[in-house]
Amino acid sequence: MNGSLQQDLNQETFTLNLGPQHPATHGVLRVKLVMDGEYIVEAEPVLGYIHRMHEKMGENRTWVKFLPNCGRMDYLSALSYNHGYVAAVERAAGIEVPERAEYLRVITVELNRISSHLLWFGAFVLDLGGFTPLLYAFDDREQILDLLESVTGSRLTYCYFRFGGVYNDIDDAFITGTREFIKRLRKRMPMYHALVTKNIILIKRLKDIGPISKDMARRYGATGPVARGSGINFDVRRHEPYSVYPEFDFDVPVYEEGDSMARYMVRMDEIEQSMRIVEQALDKLPEGDIQPKKAVKLVKPPKGDYYQAVEAARGSFGVRLVSDGTNTAYRLKLRSPTYSNLSLFGEASRGMLLPDALALMGSLDLVIPEIDR
Amino acid sequence: MMLAKIKEALAELYEEIPAAAETAAAEAVPEEAAAEQADAAIPEAPEEAGTEEEAEEPVAPPGPKETDYVATGYHLDTALPPEKIVAAVEILNREDFFLETITGVDWIDAQQLEVVYDFNHFDENCRVVLRSMLDRSKPEIPTISDIYQGANWHERETHDFFGIVFTGHPNLEPLLLPEDADFHPLLKDFKA
Repeated sequence: MNGSLQQDLNQETFTLNLGPQHPATHGVLRVKLVMDGEYIVEAEPVLGYIHRMHEKMGENRTWVKFLPNCGRMDYLSALSYNHGYVAAVERAAGIEVPERAEYLRVITVELNRISSHLLWFGAFVLDLGGFTPLLYAFDDREQILDLLESVTGSRLTYCYFRFGGVYNDIDDAFITGTREFIKRLRKRMPMYHALVTKNIILIKRLKDIGPISKDMARRYGATGPVARGSGINFDVRRHEPYSVYPEFDFDVPVYEEGDSMARYMVRMDEIEQSMRIVEQALDKLPEGDIQPKKAVKLVKPPKGDYYQAVEAARGSFGVRLVSDGTNTAYRLKLRSPTYSNLSLFGEASRGMLLPDALALMGSLDLVIPEIDR
Repeated sequence: MMLAKIKEALAELYEEIPAAAETAAAEAVPEEAAAEQADAAIPEAPEEAGTEEEAEEPVAPPGPKETDYVATGYHLDTALPPEKIVAAVEILNREDFFLETITGVDWIDAQQLEVVYDFNHFDENCRVVLRSMLDRSKPEIPTISDIYQGANWHERETHDFFGIVFTGHPNLEPLLLPEDADFHPLLKDFKA
């Protein structure tokens, strides 16, 4: 185990540092653990190792110039962050978005969600000791990255959305490629379920491990797959519809058990639901502009404060803007979902075996740059 | 409807405010006056609130007011004095709201710091905003981390960025900033 040991002779407990450089923390997160043998007495995540103060940057650069920052927080579902930010500014400044642009946003965001869940799937099983699924997941994810690269120009830190629309239109190659990808992934999912989901070792590692009750999720403000794995039917796309999501038929997977397996199942089911949304969006894709007829040149939202939430891959991403009527934000608050999701780790991991706590941590799907911002 | 219910519950907090601001004479200001205040809509929230309170001693803020959800993204805007926040949060907790986030805004021209709490409900889309103005030279407000454990980190973050002290907080140490940080980067007069 990476870290230092400190023995407390009287209490028979010792302090163990998990991280900040530890493969199971997926980035630079440190967890200070007080251990009684193999059992956790107390766990305290220590944050801030890659804190970059995006919120201050938001106050120092114009609304438009902040756009590239959005892709650098949650780098695995950057487009959700793009979406949250542009939607917040569009709400504040009253910018209309052409329908085709909203469809393109939904298509790309959902593809991004699939790629994020695929990477989580691989990395999570890797945490539990299974190496091979990661390679399969990366193989699938690679296809999405190629597709998104052809439209957005980048593979990871997308900056594809603009106020009032998107930067680039999709072409036939993208449409055919996406349909082929969905066909391919639909064939691969049963294989994943047969080889991984039904694997007895995985079930033993996840079933009844790291239970999070409904009440605990509420007290800590957990959202996304973590809340839905605890029986809370809460998905911002459904709960507080934005963009063109009301036009699509999709289910919100909810599992009542609240254990790590439930969170695993929620994400696996969401991959299928995202594929359904992408398919419907491609079928219904309207013709038209991808940016407003009158180009949005100067963004100056009227004085006031505004809130916009979107369903990112990890939960409810919220943007709270305070505008003083200039071309720069007076205050830009970014509410990242994993920040709240991780905050329950201390309570949820109490009394657990350390390897089980790592399974719980993996099931929270942490992205540290998003927590630290 | 959650919105009407919570608005009514929060409005009750305002009935005592005139009594607290003045003295025994304020006993004579019953529900009527409070209801009037609750209805008095103020056009735009933050600036107005800032300059308004700057004018004189504790002017009782108006009651919870419904906002245009499509324009602002939230339903209910509730400005309260800091000592009322805990009571308001207890009401929200009773109705099973969850805490979305806590943050601050530095209104340096008015020499005030604003604390903003965002709540939402899992069953019904009902966004409630609580806000409280603090004196910028001595920003203190009671913690709500014993009611919503998730507030613990949000309050630590707000303390990091603004220096707002959440009294009664179990562990108000830097969270995102370095452990020896003695600066508050989101204050408008912060110079790197």
